[in-house]
Amino acid sequence: MFKKILIANRGEIACRVIKTARKMGISTVAIYSDADRNALHVEMADEAVHIGPPPANQSYIVIDNVIAAIKETGAEAVHPGYGFLSENPKFAEALEAAGVAFVGPPKGAIEAMGDKITSKKIAQDAEVSTVPGYMGLIEDADEAVKISGEIGYPVMIKASAGGGGKGMRIAWNDEEAREGFQSSKNEAASSFGDDRIFIEKFVTQPRHIEIQVLCDTHGNGIYLGERECSIQRRNQKVVEEAPSPFLDPATRRAMGEQAVALAKAVGYTSAGTVEFIVDGQKNFYFLEMNTRLQVEHPVTELITGVDLVEQMIRVANGEPLSITQDDVKLHGWAIENRLYAEDPYRGFLPSIGRLSRYRPPAEIAADNHVVRNDTSVYEGGEISMYYDPMIAKLCTWGPTREEAVEHMRVALDSFEVEGIGHNLPFLSAVMDHPKFVSGDITTAFIAEEYPDGFGGVTLHEDALRRIAAAAAAMYRVGEIRRTRVSGRMDNHERHVGDDWVVILQGHSYPVTIDADKAGATVHFHGGGTHRVESGWTPGTPLAVLDIDGTPLVLKVNKVPNGFRIRTRGADLKVHVRTPRQAELAALMPEKLPPDTSKMLLCPMPGLIVKVDVEVGQTVQEGQALCTVEAMKMENILRAEKKSVVSKINASPGSSLAVDDVIMEFE
Amino acid sequence: MKDILQELEDRRSTARAGGGQRRIDAQHAKGKLTARERIELLLDEDSFEEFDMFVTHRCTDFGMEAERPSGDGVVTGWGTINGRMVYVFSQDFTVFGGSLSETHAQKICKIMDMAVQNGAPVIGINDSGGARIQEGVASLAGYAEVFQRNVLASGVVPQISVIMGPCAGGAVYSPAMTDFIFMVKDTSYMFVTGPDVVKTVTNEVVTAEELGGASTHTRKSSVADGAFENDVDALTEIRRLVDFLPLNNRDRPPVRPFFDDPNRLEVSLDTLVPDNPNTPYDMHELIRKVGDEGDFFEIQAEFAKNIVTGFIRLEGRTVGVVANQPMVLAGCLDIDSSRKAARFVRFCDAFEIPILTFVDVPGFLPGTSQEYGGVIKHGAKLLFAYGEATVPKVTVITRKAYGGAYDVMASKHLRGDFNYAWPTAEIAVMGAKGATEILYRSELGDPEKIAARTKDYEDRFANPFVAAEMGFIDEVITPRNTRKRVCRAFASLRGKKLQNPWKKHDNIPL
Repeated sequence: MFKKILIANRGEIACRVIKTARKMGISTVAIYSDADRNALHVEMADEAVHIGPPPANQSYIVIDNVIAAIKETGAEAVHPGYGFLSENPKFAEALEAAGVAFVGPPKGAIEAMGDKITSKKIAQDAEVSTVPGYMGLIEDADEAVKISGEIGYPVMIKASAGGGGKGMRIAWNDEEAREGFQSSKNEAASSFGDDRIFIEKFVTQPRHIEIQVLCDTHGNGIYLGERECSIQRRNQKVVEEAPSPFLDPATRRAMGEQAVALAKAVGYTSAGTVEFIVDGQKNFYFLEMNTRLQVEHPVTELITGVDLVEQMIRVANGEPLSITQDDVKLHGWAIENRLYAEDPYRGFLPSIGRLSRYRPPAEIAADNHVVRNDTSVYEGGEISMYYDPMIAKLCTWGPTREEAVEHMRVALDSFEVEGIGHNLPFLSAVMDHPKFVSGDITTAFIAEEYPDGFGGVTLHEDALRRIAAAAAAMYRVGEIRRTRVSGRMDNHERHVGDDWVVILQGHSYPVTIDADKAGATVHFHGGGTHRVESGWTPGTPLAVLDIDGTPLVLKVNKVPNGFRIRTRGADLKVHVRTPRQAELAALMPEKLPPDTSKMLLCPMPGLIVKVDVEVGQTVQEGQALCTVEAMKMENILRAEKKSVVSKINASPGSSLAVDDVIMEFE
Repeated sequence: MKDILQELEDRRSTARAGGGQRRIDAQHAKGKLTARERIELLLDEDSFEEFDMFVTHRCTDFGMEAERPSGDGVVTGWGTINGRMVYVFSQDFTVFGGSLSETHAQKICKIMDMAVQNGAPVIGINDSGGARIQEGVASLAGYAEVFQRNVLASGVVPQISVIMGPCAGGAVYSPAMTDFIFMVKDTSYMFVTGPDVVKTVTNEVVTAEELGGASTHTRKSSVADGAFENDVDALTEIRRLVDFLPLNNRDRPPVRPFFDDPNRLEVSLDTLVPDNPNTPYDMHELIRKVGDEGDFFEIQAEFAKNIVTGFIRLEGRTVGVVANQPMVLAGCLDIDSSRKAARFVRFCDAFEIPILTFVDVPGFLPGTSQEYGGVIKHGAKLLFAYGEATVPKVTVITRKAYGGAYDVMASKHLRGDFNYAWPTAEIAVMGAKGATEILYRSELGDPEKIAARTKDYEDRFANPFVAAEMGFIDEVITPRNTRKRVCRAFASLRGKKLQNPWKKHDNIPL
């Protein structure tokens, strides 16, 4: 076995590989850029080599720098992780030249699968199902109709030079094929100056399902089941699971066998992934093969018990696979949620900055409950703009899909991240979405279910009542503590009452709290009772409660007369008042937040370096208004529509917080 | 007997009705609560004991004798906040617009006298149209009686003003002399002269909100220490503030049970100070991570944001925090921040509240506007305040402590009890670049030489060890241990006794 391995990557995957290498007794070398000097992978590795400035194209993907690091440390093998150099044949070649093992497939396989057209050709030759289509030039509408008929409707008519939906038509019958061909052709000619058209099968209700394969250098190859990765946002995977709730054993076997056949056809070794698109009738078509470890590999590990990184290292060391296809048993269900530093309330805008709080849920490895968090960030660390915004991969496992999903809901509720915008609320929303819960998902899930972006979650009444009960019990605990302050008048202390009114999300619940040593029973005046038990103490930001025997985890921050509570993707202001306070609070006018449509708000904390306009000036849509410097990046803020500047509140040098009003328009 | 009791009840109901249902409804329609409703929210349930419910005015001019409502436009008395005694007056806008008469003033003076005698804070809820014009000079005399008591009570018992409606003309000077002023957004305003007079005299056209609303006084004038969305939030937060304050200057600050480990490590503080000395970071994070349960009651949050002031608790005990804020103006001291912090430090010292100072200060803000504005004397206020303070003083230098600002920020030389520094601290006369440019002026033409000189200076002074060698820094501490070290430092100072020389009073550069 290798004595020393270099991980040519950063972030969570570098940490993940280091963990397995350490388990195998192999010492590890990390590489790092200037931006990663304090990164976790550097701290975890036995050695670390600096390889350049922050941008990846000057550090992590500069082959010479990585080779130099290998020579400097005497590493015998290199794990490339994913991204960066992992699918770069030149890198594999350079390693070969240097006599260092590449923990990945041979150069030839990378090249063959790296090209869309070649890979499809190889797949067809290996009798792998590919999307039926006609790649040659189509002369006229009659030919288009004929070809469409042969492929079978529906079909997609596409401009060769197309993109962004232009020159693209879907046809469900001959007539539509004829019309579609003509209009695509015209559109293609005018948009791209290239009117070549091709036709392929239009896959309805498409799902992204991929097969994990593992091959050694002795001609053995197996598949390790599938992963369903249909929940994507703009081709960025967000939620993955294994197995797929859609496949039956026969389809799984067919896909698995084809995937292995393809791998063997290109002389593949190591772990790889064959991606398929699957339609509503379980027809599956080859998309592409990823010749590396996938981001979402943990879900496969959780249901198969196979450490894929270990297998990759063993294969690279020339060992034959120790498991056969028959040994591969899929056990239980695993879900992965990718935590991104992206603000779901602001169109998933990447968010950078200091992680003032980062407390992932405790990892669990029990017989019926697994929580695994692959991450590389830490509280007090910095999310920089240079790399991928993914900060953690939270995985849960349970014997069934329902249990795995429920574990995930609780794990997400327990995950504390502050200081940057992140998609935790969105992930929680997906985990509770009826379509996800039923497994009825396609790659269009996010686009269809959140067409206007994510605006938060509105919880059902029964969930609100549970939260109301929890809030009332917690608030009372906090108020009782307040009465224990020193300097009070003996015998004339404040008595904290049992009657309260909980106000949240437009509901008002009068309750009576019956507290005892173990917790509190909260009686709702309209009927209904919840038993709340918890060791929560005032000021604790994470409340782990037990409501009627089921867990409820809340992120709790104090506000006047109540809490801000975050749970299950909802962000609630909960007020707990005495009946008299509630009566008086009801007299307070509801203050609507100011109309921000006529204001330019600062999108991030930063410094104004330039103001391009003056009061009274008419600005056009897209015109630069001012420049905000944040994290050494200059961001030009532009007018969203034509308007007249009525007021400017900031000048060069002003430092602003998020949502500070920079200027106002008429 | 029954009849007599009934008459008492009748008189009480009449008094409690204030200016009558129509005016109460009008008050509610403005989004404001009545004087009595406010007291209900401020005090513990059923704890209010009223004084002078039946007082009426004695004016007989302008037909005033026809209307003599019980209570005369102000509700006064005492009650408890979480079981601790406070005195309160609450002006009743439904009675003569809350205007101040001779008797109205007498009611306020009575509870102020009792507060000073019995050692409990005074909370004044202001909602008044101003002087009772019908009474003329008698009303003015009433104001002055209140002013005199504000002065005498200052530093003896905490005085808190809550502005919940108009507060104009001479009336502003009573709140102005109290320790804290809070306002309610959109429904309160304060000014010496109103928009009409402003227009007549200066031709400026300005609304009452622009001239003296909550936004103006929290951001521009610094007259107010904070503002809240509505009456309910305001009174809730005043209760929270009172939980932090001692009842009087002979009393210790309050202690309450806490649920936070004094030895809690905060590993993330090790990376709070960025590698680049010019990159800002948020001092609030340090304050919240050091204090119990992340609880921080900030004073003047919207004004002079380059310094942060407010209250936290350590081991359940109140501590006043002053911290330079690198996020704003690099955390420098200027006229506004010096005044803001000086007043806060003096409040803490007056009421035996220990002071924790976090230092990251590059110096005083240069420029003509600062010098013309008298930054010399304003900066001296903070220096003076720290220098005269005899309460326990613990200081932590996180990064820069340059020049005179180093001296000012609760340095060892100003009788700091514990002066800690993080390893990232730089204690020097000025930044390395500026220093070398002065020291090696002749070499300025040679960038290489200057760079080498700068590096030398940095190596020598851009650290806490030179100061530590001289004993000006008691100990260099690991950032993650800050809470533990600071808690232990204050714990060791619980018996501190320090007295300044006897004097009638000092002569702080006002």
